[in-house]
Amino acid sequence: MSIDKGAPDSKPRDIHEYLAEFDDIPGTRVYTAARARKGYHINQFAMSLMKAENRARFKADERAYLDEWKISEEAKQALLARDYNTLLDMGGNVYFLSKLFSSDGLPFAEAVSTMTDMTWPEYRQMMLDGGRSPEGNRSIKENLAAAARAQETGKDN
Amino acid sequence: MARITAGVGSSHVPLLGVAVDQGKSNDDYFGPIFAGYEWTRQWEKEQKPDVIILVYNDHASAFDMKIVPTFAIGCGESYKPADEGWGPRQVPDVEGHPDLAWHIAQSLILDEFDMTIINEMDVDHGLTVPLSMMFGQPDAWPAKVIPLAVNVVTYPVPSGNRCWALGEAIKRAVESFPEDLNVQIWGTGGMSHQLQGKRAGLLNREWDNKFLDLLIGETDEARWIPHIEYLRETGSEGIEMVMWLIMRGALGDKTRLLHRHYHIPCSNTAIGHIVLEPVEEETVPA
Repeated sequence: MSIDKGAPDSKPRDIHEYLAEFDDIPGTRVYTAARARKGYHINQFAMSLMKAENRARFKADERAYLDEWKISEEAKQALLARDYNTLLDMGGNVYFLSKLFSSDGLPFAEAVSTMTDMTWPEYRQMMLDGGRSPEGNRSIKENLAAAARAQETGKDN
Repeated sequence: MARITAGVGSSHVPLLGVAVDQGKSNDDYFGPIFAGYEWTRQWEKEQKPDVIILVYNDHASAFDMKIVPTFAIGCGESYKPADEGWGPRQVPDVEGHPDLAWHIAQSLILDEFDMTIINEMDVDHGLTVPLSMMFGQPDAWPAKVIPLAVNVVTYPVPSGNRCWALGEAIKRAVESFPEDLNVQIWGTGGMSHQLQGKRAGLLNREWDNKFLDLLIGETDEARWIPHIEYLRETGSEGIEMVMWLIMRGALGDKTRLLHRHYHIPCSNTAIGHIVLEPVEEETVPA
C-alpha cells in the first residue's frame, strides 16, 4: 500500500495535479466538479424520478418529460437510448442515473453490466468468479508502457 | 461520561437490505454473507449500545446536487427510511439522540471541523442496511442513531487523513458529554467496487484485506492512503472506505480485533466487516 509520504507536513495539494491523475484510470469517469457542472440537469432530471407522479409522467411520454429540462439534444437521445457510458461522459453520475434503472425496473447490477463489454449473464458470472481483476486495469500509461515493452521483446525474439 | 466502546466497519450494499426484507438471507447466495454477521448480532445483544454514531453516505436520496455537504451530522429527533425509487424499506424509523448529536456538532465546530447540521432528512440504504445487518428485524431499533453523512460522490471527497482526524475529534467530543452513555461508532460503505464505465465489476480481495489489517493495532498508515490509490485499486466506489477511517480515528491510538469477515461478491461489491475495540494505554502512576 503506498503511503502519501509528503502528506503529514506537506503544502496544500495542487488541484490540477490531483485531478489530472484521474484521467489515467482505464474505463472510469471520476465524478469531478467539471462533470458535476456539465451533468447537473441530467442528474437533477434523474433525481426527479424518485417521485411516483414524475415517474408516471415520464413513462407516459419520455420525450415530452425530457423537454421540460435544460438538457442538450445529445443527452436527451442518450437518456432515451439508456446509453449510460455516453451519459457518464456528459456528467451523469451513477447514483443519480440509478433512479432511471429503477424506474425501468432493471436490477442495479444488470444496468451496470450494460456499460461493460459483457452481456448481463457474462458480467454476473464474472462477479461470481471473483470480479474483474485490478491487473491491467490500474493505469492507462502503465498499460501503454507494458504494451510497448511486449512489442520490443517481440522484436528481439 | 459518555465513551466510545467499539467500532464497527461494514459494507452497506442495498441488495443486502432486499435480502433481509424478502427473507432471502439464508439462501445459497446470501447465506455466506450473513453468516459472517452472526457473531456481531450476538455481541450487539450483549453490548446493548445506547447510541450509534453511524458514518455513511447518502446515495442521491436526502441530498441531490443542489447541496453537497462534505461532513453533515444529524441532530434531529428521528429519521424516516427514504423512498429510493421503489418505495421506502419497511424498517423502523431511526430514532436520533439530539442531546448528544448537538453536543458533538458544537464540540466539532469549536475543534475546527465546520459541520453541516441536519435537522430533518430521510435516511437511505447507506444507513438502514448496516442496522439490519447488525440488529436483524426488530420492531424498533435497539439503539439511538446519530447519522453522520460524508460526501464520497462529488470530488474532491475528504482525504483519509481528514476523516481520521474527524474521528479523533468525535472521540474527544463524546468523552466530554456528561451523561453515562455506551456509544459505538460505525463506518460503512465499500469495500472494493466499481459501478460505472467499462471497468465496472472491479474487485480487489488482496487490497481490501490489507486495508482491514491496517485498522487493527497501533498503525495509522491507512490515513495516508491517497484517493488515487483507492480509485486504481478498489474501483471508483471503493473510495467509500475513507468513511471507515472516521470510525478508526475515533477508537484512539490502538485497537484490538474482535471479529472480521470478508466475502465476494454481493451484486457488484466486495463485502467487508470488522469489529474493533479501543485499547486504552494503561496510565502509569506518578
